[in-house]
Amino acid sequence: MSRITVIPFGPQHPVLPEPIQLRLELKDEKVVSALPVVGYVHRGLEKLVETKDYLQTVYITERVCGICSFIHSVAYCQGIETIMGVEVPPRARYLRVIWSETHRLHSHLLWFGLLADSFGFENLFMQIWRAREAVLDLQEATAGARVILGTCCVGGVRRDIDQTGRDLTLATLDKLEQDIKKIANPILKDYGVQQRTVGIGRISRELTYERGAVGPTARAAGIAQDLRQTGYAAYGELDFQPVVETAGDCYARLQVRVREMNQSIELIRRALERMPASPISVPVKGNPDGETVSRVEQPRGEVIYYLRGNGGKNLARMRIRTPTFANIPALLAMLPGAELANVPVITLSIDPCISCTER
Amino acid sequence: MLKFIGNILQNLTHKPATRPYPYQKRAPIAGNRGHLVIDPAVCIYCGLCSKRCPTQALAVTRKPNPNSWTLDPYRCILCGYCVEVCPKHCLSLKPEHGDYSSPNSP
Ligand code: SF4
Ligand code: SF4
Repeated sequence: MSRITVIPFGPQHPVLPEPIQLRLELKDEKVVSALPVVGYVHRGLEKLVETKDYLQTVYITERVCGICSFIHSVAYCQGIETIMGVEVPPRARYLRVIWSETHRLHSHLLWFGLLADSFGFENLFMQIWRAREAVLDLQEATAGARVILGTCCVGGVRRDIDQTGRDLTLATLDKLEQDIKKIANPILKDYGVQQRTVGIGRISRELTYERGAVGPTARAAGIAQDLRQTGYAAYGELDFQPVVETAGDCYARLQVRVREMNQSIELIRRALERMPASPISVPVKGNPDGETVSRVEQPRGEVIYYLRGNGGKNLARMRIRTPTFANIPALLAMLPGAELANVPVITLSIDPCISCTER
Repeated sequence: MLKFIGNILQNLTHKPATRPYPYQKRAPIAGNRGHLVIDPAVCIYCGLCSKRCPTQALAVTRKPNPNSWTLDPYRCILCGYCVEVCPKHCLSLKPEHGDYSSPNSP
């Protein structure tokens, strides 16, 4: 009869980009249970919103997450537009899709690199991040900033993508598609990678559903749920179909994200092709009065914004439920029974984003 | 793994993907929001920009005090909101990243 050992995994750990602690109870080398400890990077953003007017709040929502920032501002702006009954011009809806998908691309590439790092494949990590640079440069050229774009505003978007931007985007996507093909396909078939991911951190479809997982974590377990199916922004006009795998292990989550990268490239191409000519924003007058819930799909899953205005300039309340918050219970269900050496890979496989979880 | 051989050869024969940064800088990308500048000749010191700035990075004074417009570059998040609201269009964002490492830089 072996004793139970408690090992703190994190808050500072080489594979964790952000601080979260998992208290692992181990029997020999096997995890018996895990307890998450969060609260290291709480920034009080929801409170800060009460001191800014609703147009300035866009900049706060962009800073909730440093990876999927544009999508946060889309969720917020859509919510305010619903409250105020603003109709967004069609071109702006397409531009929102384009930048949302470039964000998904660079987020998935970042994650892929970190996953490679977590199982000790440093070379692959560098290869992927080199490919990711192209997406950041593209965002800088089309939107004016590398990650926090600042282009989404209530009533539309701030910048248009002209012919030069369009050509640049298409060229970048072609190059990136080649890079992904060159890197991802051999990696998915690689023996070492399969050893570290196939069957690791497996979770059943039922348990995933019960634990309320979202995004690629849910889709890798066979739940075909993607908020883009609701057709917000221009997704309804782009023949979107969610990417689903059924195995529910780390390998399936890797497959889902690799396929989603290719899908994002395809969605951007389609959006550029079908984008109609129209103004890119409409002026917004008055103050928000009323409440709404706004949901969009982020690289990590579904984000929920609850917004309530009382007719004043500042919002009375904003509440954010981020995807990692919903995925942590699923992570805790994956860990028991895993080897200690596999914990970093499993933890990373849900793509944890702690800063947005704690806001 | 054999598929990676092309990649390995490329890594051996090509230049590194990174730049020796402080010595060799990348040309700024047009349209980037690098730093904020003002044309003081046009500014009427109305203070609208400082009221709208989400980070309170701007301070504007006018009569009876001496006219002044000051930017705290460490607070500014380069969002461009002030550029949009300025009635005289005297603010603009330039693509070069400001070098704030020394006290007298732009
Ligand atoms: S809004 Fe324009 S004109 Fe008014 S103080 Fe600011 S920079 Fe000057
Ligand atoms: S760019 Fe944004 S943060 Fe900077 S001074 Fe203007 S409004 Fe303020």
